Amino acid sequence: MMVLVTYDVNTEKEAGKKRLRKVAKLCKDYGQRVQNSVFECLVDPVQFAKLRKRLEEIIDAENDSLRYYFLGDNWKSRVEHVGAKGTYDPEGVLMV
Amino acid sequence: MRKLLNVLYVTSPEAYLGKEGETVLILLNDEVKLRIPIHNLEGIVCFGYTGASPALMHLCAERGVALSFLAESGKFLARVSGRVNGNVLLRRRQYRQADSPEEALQLAKGFILGKIFNCRCVLQRFLRDHEQRGDPPMVQEGVKALTIQLQKTANSRHLDMLRGVEGEGARVYYGVFDHLILEVKDIFTFTGRSRRPPLDAVNALLSFLYTLLAHDCTAALETVGLDPQVGFLHRERPGRPSLALDLMEELRPYLVDRFVVSLINTRQIGATGFVTKESGGVLMTDEVRKNVITAWQKRKQEEVMHPFLGEKIPVGLIPYAQALLLARHLRGDLEAYPPFLMK
Repeated sequence: MMVLVTYDVNTEKEAGKKRLRKVAKLCKDYGQRVQNSVFECLVDPVQFAKLRKRLEEIIDAENDSLRYYFLGDNWKSRVEHVGAKGTYDPEGVLMV
Repeated sequence: MRKLLNVLYVTSPEAYLGKEGETVLILLNDEVKLRIPIHNLEGIVCFGYTGASPALMHLCAERGVALSFLAESGKFLARVSGRVNGNVLLRRRQYRQADSPEEALQLAKGFILGKIFNCRCVLQRFLRDHEQRGDPPMVQEGVKALTIQLQKTANSRHLDMLRGVEGEGARVYYGVFDHLILEVKDIFTFTGRSRRPPLDAVNALLSFLYTLLAHDCTAALETVGLDPQVGFLHRERPGRPSLALDLMEELRPYLVDRFVVSLINTRQIGATGFVTKESGGVLMTDEVRKNVITAWQKRKQEEVMHPFLGEKIPVGLIPYAQALLLARHLRGDLEAYPPFLMK
């Protein structure tokens, strides 16, 4: 299934910047960065549970927020892209 | 059934593969061209002189992602494989059965039965689809001859006899294969199987796709915990994936031969794009190779009904499904190995 993960981490303090870096790094392991603080992750339920647990351990619930959008298996019909920053389709032909 | 994951093909010779965290990086001139989480991949196939970092090889081995290196022609060079995984008891059974002439014969018969049956099916399907075109009498003869070989397979009493039957079947089949090709006959004529190097465009396509299929079969066998190097029909030779070659026999006609014919007959592959070397060997250009891989990936995602499992699965998972059935048979859960038979 495709899950869109978005986050907002409060970076007023040094600790916040550290959390932001950690969150971004973790998201990179699971998906594709499509915009700043927006990741498309093609995961199975177990992988998602892991991602979610680890993310929620990093953030500070008082200051930061996370949002998950579940796009399911037929996610391609639900996503449209306009403008710069090309992406790749993790289920399409991957050739470099 | 397992989910079919993607395969990454690296065809740019100057690309370098690296690892960062849990992702595969593809670098072109020190610039990150693509970054893919490893869990989205089933395998990585590199063509030409692509380099890969040891850290990435480590990650692939650990996660069971098949990483293969092929020459630009598609010839297999090397594969990175990690710790042997799976059940040691299952592998012991596999070795014992391979050592026992009777049991090896039973399994080998299954593979060859599947192969000849599917070859015949390819010809029959052609006859049905093109009643007025081509050269049906020849193809019809082929069908008849293969029916006889099918009978002989069942009656084979030892492995060498079976190998003879297989050779005879292949001769008949490749003898009429040219009649299935209907378009651009001046380039795509098939006079017989040639390899190392392939001597015409059709053979170049066949050889290339057989190599891709071998990559998938090896990976599938490893996934279910079988040793791809210990075969029943193919004799063991250092470095040769004998069991993968065994498993491939029944899948060649359905997955590759028919695919090559349709690539040509639907004009997805044009007459240009093949280069003849001084040695007489025929190579594809990068562009053709890319088209072939793209079509192959699409084909792998199509769904078919698996005749034995009675379940719809993507074409790309057929090698895996067959490896699974083979493992079940070796474990004793299935009385006989059911080859994949086309409808």
